[in-house]
Amino acid sequence: MRYLPASEEDIRQMLGAIGAERVSDLFASIPEDLRLKGPLDLPEAVAEPVLRERFVTRSIRNSSPTCRPCFLGAGAYDHYAPAPIDQLLMRAEFYTAYTPYQPEMAQGTLQAIFEFQTMMADLTGMDVSNASLYDGASSVAEAALMAHRIHRGSTVLVARSVHPAYREVLRTYTKHLGFTIAEVPYGADGRLDLAALKGALNPDVCLVLAGQPNFFGVVEDLKAVAGALEGDKKPLLGAVVAEALSLALIEPPGACGADMVCGEARSFGLPLGYGGPYLGFISTRQAHMRQLPGRIVGETVDADNRRGFVLTLTTREQHIRREKATSNICSNEGLCMLAATIYLASMGRKGLRDLALQNLSKAEYLKAALRAKGIQPLFGAPTFNEFAVRVPSAEKATDAAYKADLLGGYDLGREYPELEGGYLLCATERVSKLACDRLAALLGGLS
Amino acid sequence: MNIPSDLKYTKSHEWIRVEGNVGTAGITDFAQQELGDIVFVEAPAQGSAVAAGAPMGSVESVKAVSEINAPASGTVSAVNADLTDHPELLNADPYGKGWILKITFANTGELSGLMDAAAYAAYVAESAH
Amino acid sequence: MSRPIEEKLLFEKDHPGRVGASVPPSDVPEVDPRTLFGDMVRGAAPAFLPEMSEVDVVRHFTRLSTYNYAVDFGLYPLGSCTMKYNPKINEEVARLEGFARLHPLQPESTTQGALELMATLQNALCAITGMDACTLQPAAGAHGEFTGVQLIRAYLENQGDARKVMLIPDSAHGTNPASAHFSGYAVEQIQSGPDGCVDLEALKARMKPDVAAIMLTVPNTLGIFEKNIAQICRILHANGSQVYVDGANLNALMGITRPGDWGADVMHINLHKTFSTPHGGGGPGAGPVACKAHLEPYLPRPVLAKKEGRYLWDRDRPKSIGKVLGFNGNFLVLVRALCYIETMGADGLKRASELAVLNANYMRSKLRPLLELGFDGPTLHEVVFCDKGLPGGVTTLDLAKRLIDYGFHPPTVYFPLIVHGALMIEPTETEPREEMDRFVEAVAAIVKEAEENPAYVKAAPHNAYRRRLDEVAAARNPRLTYKP
Repeated sequence: MRYLPASEEDIRQMLGAIGAERVSDLFASIPEDLRLKGPLDLPEAVAEPVLRERFVTRSIRNSSPTCRPCFLGAGAYDHYAPAPIDQLLMRAEFYTAYTPYQPEMAQGTLQAIFEFQTMMADLTGMDVSNASLYDGASSVAEAALMAHRIHRGSTVLVARSVHPAYREVLRTYTKHLGFTIAEVPYGADGRLDLAALKGALNPDVCLVLAGQPNFFGVVEDLKAVAGALEGDKKPLLGAVVAEALSLALIEPPGACGADMVCGEARSFGLPLGYGGPYLGFISTRQAHMRQLPGRIVGETVDADNRRGFVLTLTTREQHIRREKATSNICSNEGLCMLAATIYLASMGRKGLRDLALQNLSKAEYLKAALRAKGIQPLFGAPTFNEFAVRVPSAEKATDAAYKADLLGGYDLGREYPELEGGYLLCATERVSKLACDRLAALLGGLS
Repeated sequence: MNIPSDLKYTKSHEWIRVEGNVGTAGITDFAQQELGDIVFVEAPAQGSAVAAGAPMGSVESVKAVSEINAPASGTVSAVNADLTDHPELLNADPYGKGWILKITFANTGELSGLMDAAAYAAYVAESAH
Repeated sequence: MSRPIEEKLLFEKDHPGRVGASVPPSDVPEVDPRTLFGDMVRGAAPAFLPEMSEVDVVRHFTRLSTYNYAVDFGLYPLGSCTMKYNPKINEEVARLEGFARLHPLQPESTTQGALELMATLQNALCAITGMDACTLQPAAGAHGEFTGVQLIRAYLENQGDARKVMLIPDSAHGTNPASAHFSGYAVEQIQSGPDGCVDLEALKARMKPDVAAIMLTVPNTLGIFEKNIAQICRILHANGSQVYVDGANLNALMGITRPGDWGADVMHINLHKTFSTPHGGGGPGAGPVACKAHLEPYLPRPVLAKKEGRYLWDRDRPKSIGKVLGFNGNFLVLVRALCYIETMGADGLKRASELAVLNANYMRSKLRPLLELGFDGPTLHEVVFCDKGLPGGVTTLDLAKRLIDYGFHPPTVYFPLIVHGALMIEPTETEPREEMDRFVEAVAAIVKEAEENPAYVKAAPHNAYRRRLDEVAAARNPRLTYKP
């Protein structure tokens, strides 16, 4: 076996050094009656050339945006990742290293995390960021746990227009911790219903969560949401950013009065990958940094007074504080964080804005093309690169799109029974004008 | 090791200086030595109530967290704000500039349960074995 | 190259006017965001997104990479982390466009290849662990622990009483108590006996109706197999409690013994440890959870099902604990893990575990003349030494830092907490003997240096990119972002 260097002679010599006769002697501490009697019920080893073909076969039994323009978003947006990213991720010094526990031999990873934290804090308008979380959904759950520690209240008001999967994970995480999770409805324009929010506020509310943009692609008036929160037991405001590219064009939540920003940064150079690995993030104000979950890197100096980086504020974490830790997270999404750092450095402030602007323009074009075919938007508020329309049947729309070699949108009726016939469409830089025209004609022709 | 004779001590290594109805409290020289370089102090807010023997805050080194227990019951009447930016005062001067808070006592009778310097010195010597 | 280049931060390399990636020309009219968003348009451009050419970017990160140590350089003996070789074919297949570009919400009819792959992996993990069902949704080990404890809680609740207490040995990873806490359980630590195992009599005495479950790492973090594990399962079950096995150390057991056969109810598996997927500088991992049939109704939804020869996501799972991750799990990590399992086959996996244990015992026997063991009993895939007898006042940390100068990543240090100054060594099966010998020689040299010139050892590392870093200053005055 090519991953196992020990030859028969090595094994003989090692057993000699140990003073054992057979390898099986080393397992003497496992009671005989617990030993597996036969072989594992698994196929025999497959040689690399054969196995590669098998995986290619598995991969082509899927139909991906490689050959079909993708109008499906709903929390996972089809963006291009520049070629250097994957080449750099393939450097063994990055991908075959572990968490930087020994800073003297992990400065590469540590410096990259410090750069990521700086860029994410800047993009979200916050003071500090952590080194990553699993994904957007779990970042929302961690934000709720964090807000509870800061504010002490146990009620979370989450906009119904926050990603449905994020809301479900929030419920799973808080189910046994005495939280009340209540939903704030959206108004007719697709934005959070401010009057309903004000009506739902009470001193136990520790956190208000609003999507930015929300699940319908709608850009929230986050300043108005912040303005609606008052009193001395005022809750924290958390912005949930499922499409991080929007941060290049929309006023950052930090500038709108948010206290924390969490979400999904997969758009920054990572593949769609059928759902993972993705890149959760969380950023906040300096005052709350000790309540952040997960790893954080800080700047310091070495014994020769040269700049260096270390994992810091580690007493928050499970390996020290155990059940009193701010989170149970250990491994995070290190390599995904690196991909995003490379992506943001490659795009730069101008490139990222240009790209965001193009996304907005494509979506507006598609919206207009659909309107011309009689397909109307569901909501009136402005949107970024995704928006909801009404179609006669979401299922038929998806089928028809697929037959025309397009990946259609998301059926809103699946998670929002009140929006039956609602269809969520996104347009990134990867769909052409022609594809938009084709989709519009096709949806306009449905009955 | 420094164990001033004019202070009272707890088994969890806090000290308190009693002046009438008010006590000034901190952690002992032994405690700061055990913890090593202190990087953060979390004290209760001014005005909050603390109960003798119950945790009221914590001190942190880079790789450990240690709870601070209240040496006496009462109300926190002052907190040492210098510790926010200079937690190292706890290492440098645990009985002086490294004081953590002042407590207005609820019941001065409770103080008789604390150790004097001699008893604390014996206690530390014993627990070192 | 002699000394690595001192690479500045990205923000210090900002060079306005340079471009590092091409945005395609737009084929639609440009929209003015101000007319759409009003005062919700971003005012200030992000100051810390640097403008760099592709060359600048590639050099920056390539230089950073030279400051890192990695498995592809040499022995990376972090105990309980299982830093085994990361096969290259895994990386290749995970990048096939038919996997990498799949949208997580595509209709199942368009993702049959991916679903078949996931089903095959689930079946393989059940075969290896002796369990009945499996979810691939958790994104890492701790995430799997949380999921598993949630399964236990949902099951007990359905029986009428969720109970209150989770029993966890003092040798456990910190993630265990944290995962139990975030599931609403009070954590009760149980002391290890003198043999490093659970004290059976103490355990029996603790069996009261408030105990929900026990979380056990087997073999434990000392590398010791919990010899009474079957009896422990019976004791807990007789009390109406459940048994959670932390599979962090599964690399010692493949094809040899299975948690499902001991009586364990649920466990997680770290694909980034046992199944060779890369650690990536701290993730992404994957932490599938395997369980017995009685816990299956509670698995996170959706659950992979097969009807009339087609795979589909079954969302109609009324007893499910709910989702734990936004989408379908860390799929591209799962691709790598299945590639490894199919490469190794049944015999190969068993051989891997045998050789992992052989390598660990070889290092144990070679290091024993130099270091004191933490516990004396027989160990499997890892071995823990303590700092007793280190000469010249040299500490575990000093020894670890000096190993860096000898070109090795240090072992896990100061864990488990029950061993004073612990040094926890796990070579894994992919280390050649001469690499382990080189490590042993380095430890011997350092012990000698500690006798002759302890001050030098205490000031290590001397030859790394950075000397010892001031963690106290970092924590006292946190600087978490770049300030010009």
